[in-house]
Amino acid sequence: MKILVGYKRVVDYNVRVQVKPDGSGVATDGVKLSANPFDDIALEEALRLREKGVAEEIVIVGIGPADLTAHLRNGLAMGANRAIHVTTDGAPQPLTAARTFLKLIEKESPDLVILGKQAIDDDANQTGQMLAALWGRPQATFASELAIADGKATVTREVDAGLETIEAELPAVVTTDLRLNEPRFIKLPDIMKAKSKPIDVIEFDSLGVDSGDHLKTTNYAPPPKRSKGEMVEDAAGLVAALKQKGLL
Amino acid sequence: MSERETMEYDVITVGAGPAGLAFAIRLKQLKPELNVCVIEKASTVGAQILSGAVIEPEPLNALLPEWGKNPPPICVPVAEDELWMLRDHENASKLPTPPQMHNHGNYIVSLGALCAWLAPQAEALGVDIFPGFAAAEPVFDDHGAVAGVRIGDMGVARDGSEKPGYTQGIDIKAKVTVLAEGCRGHLSKQLIKKFALDRDSDPQTYGIGMKELWQVPEGRVTPGKVVHTLGWPLDPKTYGGSFIYHLDDNRVAIGFVAGLDYEDPNFSPFEAFQQLKHHPKVKALLEGGQILSGGARALVEGGYQSLPKTEMPGAMLIGDAAGLLNVPKIKGTHQAIRSGMLAAEHVAEHGSSEGFDRALRESAAVAELKKVRNIRPGFHKGLWFGLFNAAWETVTGGLSPWTLKNRADWSSLHRLGQYESPKRDYVDRDLPPRDRLASVYFAATEHDEDQPVHLKVSDTNVCITQCAEEYGNPCTRFCPANVYEIVEDEAGKRLQINAANCVHCKTCDIKDPYQIIDWVTPEGGSGPSYQNL
Repeated sequence: MKILVGYKRVVDYNVRVQVKPDGSGVATDGVKLSANPFDDIALEEALRLREKGVAEEIVIVGIGPADLTAHLRNGLAMGANRAIHVTTDGAPQPLTAARTFLKLIEKESPDLVILGKQAIDDDANQTGQMLAALWGRPQATFASELAIADGKATVTREVDAGLETIEAELPAVVTTDLRLNEPRFIKLPDIMKAKSKPIDVIEFDSLGVDSGDHLKTTNYAPPPKRSKGEMVEDAAGLVAALKQKGLL
Repeated sequence: MSERETMEYDVITVGAGPAGLAFAIRLKQLKPELNVCVIEKASTVGAQILSGAVIEPEPLNALLPEWGKNPPPICVPVAEDELWMLRDHENASKLPTPPQMHNHGNYIVSLGALCAWLAPQAEALGVDIFPGFAAAEPVFDDHGAVAGVRIGDMGVARDGSEKPGYTQGIDIKAKVTVLAEGCRGHLSKQLIKKFALDRDSDPQTYGIGMKELWQVPEGRVTPGKVVHTLGWPLDPKTYGGSFIYHLDDNRVAIGFVAGLDYEDPNFSPFEAFQQLKHHPKVKALLEGGQILSGGARALVEGGYQSLPKTEMPGAMLIGDAAGLLNVPKIKGTHQAIRSGMLAAEHVAEHGSSEGFDRALRESAAVAELKKVRNIRPGFHKGLWFGLFNAAWETVTGGLSPWTLKNRADWSSLHRLGQYESPKRDYVDRDLPPRDRLASVYFAATEHDEDQPVHLKVSDTNVCITQCAEEYGNPCTRFCPANVYEIVEDEAGKRLQINAANCVHCKTCDIKDPYQIIDWVTPEGGSGPSYQNL
């Protein structure tokens, strides 16, 4: 069985994200970029399926500029068999990403596609769902457990009411939630091995995907600053202050 | 336990800073057939590098003659120099700029960004760079020579047990190990001790540097302007000063350095830095702006007389791991690159570390240090004597027949009661950050809480008994990241180490008066994540 894994590069979760002074976006110069944490979880789950003997080949997919190679090498060092790099200077929106994946699915015919439930930069949470719809295959989102048997995926989903277990016929799209697994550390010798693993480079334009802007970003702004607090003498002072603000 | 994995290289470099990367680049230029790797504890190259930084370009010109065609992302030619004496919290006088501090022809850079820019150039030459892997300890061969390093284990719990993702660190064996860890390197410290490399030199001395990168309102920045200040908020007995470098895009790098030979146990370098920002000369620049990134790092100040022997069997020290920073110039990057290149040329020719110390001492790097050797120690006698002495040493070109001594920074701290803290003339602050915890936020430091504490205090009883009485726990003040706290609960007072806050500055390892704090590497990839510092 072949598994396709989405492997997006985002501003590291630990970075204090800063809006550019002109409001045109988020500053990424000199900013640490790393794999979307949910995508690392997706890759880890694929690796575990391969270690269990369920899967044979894991292909990671990245869509982005030329320097995405180093990021894909990390995924290969973690254990993916090979990578596909769709090169584009733009940042694809979810629908474009889903359409791109669909094109790759037509080429690769995977039995399972595992994506992060969302990327931590735009937090859209759409690509997996859109891809399943475009592909006409089942989706199992927010997975916290995944088992594959007899051409079916049994997925425990994290839903508002608790946990829901569903069965999906393969091929299918699964998106990962935080508790699915804890990704492994990359081992140094594996970084060396990853250097010789193949990365197929495909130009985005050659895929014939409609990249029209479905969403238009008008402005970025940081959340309003919290104004300075006010010290009150005692409980009576607090009550008076709250009343003054019309909160009591 | 399974057999530990091993990788072999001709040469391993510890630390992807300017020295380590210059070394690797130069070695591959000379001997492309050698296998060279660089390991780096930060998760990306440059993320744990903090420096002013105004750099002299000559060594970079020698290393990469074409560098100007594709300059690093932050690279502003110096346009003007100013030196100010801050007389108190509101007054200042402009001083003539001493010759060492003339920066015509130099560049203001972010050293972190510069290293992140150097790394791919090293990789293009075939150097393997491994960020996120910390060298936990040296590895020795049967004859006791350094034979490489052991990478720290990943996935160890706080209590030392193995977590589910536990991954054993591998050994990287190499014919030559190059220590380019920067100031107070953790392996360098062990090896200097083991091989008694400092037997014939004075103790190394240090300073603590703190830096913030600000985005300020339009119209205040003069790109290329370099300002240094002396005086307030430091008392005349404490060495130090500030730097204010005007970058492009309305950005300003502001920083403050205090000599770690300060005597006052109640002194807080962090507070002094924050005070400095409120001097009217500085505040007018920053007010209404915001901090983009900030952090702290110790720097070497010992110079010529504190330079240890820089070679040992199987290994060598370069850059600030050796201690090559030029204090009067307030620069070390050119020295780091220079020593890295020299070390590479030595290894290319001789294939070993043997003879490197002599080559370094005969080089321009050490000649430069020798010339200014008496300037920094002159400040032991206070600011005014120090300035007078500096003028003398500058005029005579360092030809004085004497060499002033350095002594260890931890020994300079006076005991409570034996020292009257000077009246500090501090002001009320309102610029960010409010306190050290707010400051650590700008360093974006991160350590998995469930890992062994990487600040090893060998005897925590001393903290509550002897130190509390003698020095009033100075660790709670000299640490810029609020790692050390004395807390009180039912069991009484105890030292609490907030290791997750640590920004890897090494000040505690240096200044602790009992020398019982040992900074060791945390899990690889942990620590601050600086942006353009």
